[in-house]
Amino acid sequence: MAGSSPATTATARLVTVVRRFTAVVARELRLSLRHGADTLAALLFFLLTASLFPLAIGPAPETLGRIAPGIVWVCSLLAALLPLDRLFGADFEDGSLDQLMLCGLPPAAIAMAKAMAHWLVTGLPLLLAAAPLAVMLRMPDSAIAPLLIGLLPGTMLLSLLGTTVAAIVLGARRGGVLLPLLILPLAAPVLIFGVGAADAASGGLSPRPHLLLLAALLAAALPLCPLAAGAGLRSATE
Amino acid sequence: MLQAAGLAAFRGERLVFRDIDFAVAAGGALLLTGPNGSGKSTLLRLLAGLLRPAAGMLIWDGEDALSDPPMHAMRVAYVGHQDAVKPGLTAAENLHFAARLSGADVGEALLTVGLEELADLPARMLSAGQKRRLALARLVLSRASLWLLDEPTLGLDTASVERLGNMLGAHRARGGLVVAATHLTLPLPDAADLRLA
Repeated sequence: MAGSSPATTATARLVTVVRRFTAVVARELRLSLRHGADTLAALLFFLLTASLFPLAIGPAPETLGRIAPGIVWVCSLLAALLPLDRLFGADFEDGSLDQLMLCGLPPAAIAMAKAMAHWLVTGLPLLLAAAPLAVMLRMPDSAIAPLLIGLLPGTMLLSLLGTTVAAIVLGARRGGVLLPLLILPLAAPVLIFGVGAADAASGGLSPRPHLLLLAALLAAALPLCPLAAGAGLRSATE
Repeated sequence: MLQAAGLAAFRGERLVFRDIDFAVAAGGALLLTGPNGSGKSTLLRLLAGLLRPAAGMLIWDGEDALSDPPMHAMRVAYVGHQDAVKPGLTAAENLHFAARLSGADVGEALLTVGLEELADLPARMLSAGQKRRLALARLVLSRASLWLLDEPTLGLDTASVERLGNMLGAHRARGGLVVAATHLTLPLPDAADLRLA
């Protein structure tokens, strides 16, 4: 019994951490569901801005198809920015952030849960809407799969980076203005490799190196972004 | 047993308080008083572990309380001067998160603060006092032994203050600790007084 007890307490602790983590994610999802208009706004913004391009550039398939990956990526990047202002802002203003910080999870885990909820509510719908949009923009068939595969780590990266920056600007005056200024340079590599994958495929090259680089960025961001965001949350609640 | 030894805190560049010493035993209560800006809320946030002390130590049962912040957070139930109530959720839904953390029952908590009939009403329809009661219902849900209350009776009617008194009494009878900051009279018999200048 004595030998197994440290392992048992470690397991018990892990179970409570996982339970609290899922409680935070469930809370976020419930709130997004209740504020359905805010949630839908990002998706509609994505679809509407992307639909402006055929109107502005003209429906010629060769031009449109050529720039379609760029359109999808830039529009999803901008759409993912929309809910970030309120990601922590609403909780910060009404005192809920204090309650979150006292839920028994380290701040980094709270940030991770927020990023996960942001991806489920914003990133995943964008990813799903990207396929019909790509067809509408006359993207070459060979480029559609690499575009979507690239958007999977890409939208996750945008959620992680977005959560980090949202936590860092929390409590700053005019944080809403600061937010896109900080996040757009950080998101540039994601955009470059994401579009690169789709472009390579439509040019007959392998999209693999671009996708691997995106995956590498995600592997680096997964531990680093929540840590940075957690530090931001701590200093905001102090 | 909660002990403070030489606590000090800054707010920006300003030293809000220093050399704060007190001890609260199990079942005990401490009342923080003092003029506006004397650091009552800051001290409560410090005790909650939200703010790190600039100097001094916070001791829980003989050990440094803030060495493991997530652990300390589980000992603490904090009601700040904001209610942390989401207007879009119903009264009951506002408590779901706290209930999920502790495994306690939402209905019972609403009954304790007298909001059972408004459980399914969106919180935006609640009055300021009712929102305050909803915030206080989180205390009932948590299993924390240290309750930190920032002006808990603000906006409450007499009946609700009495209910709060019962909650506080029951919590202390179980061996729980209460630290409260207030300008009003609180239903906290034989509480020690700490006056911040």
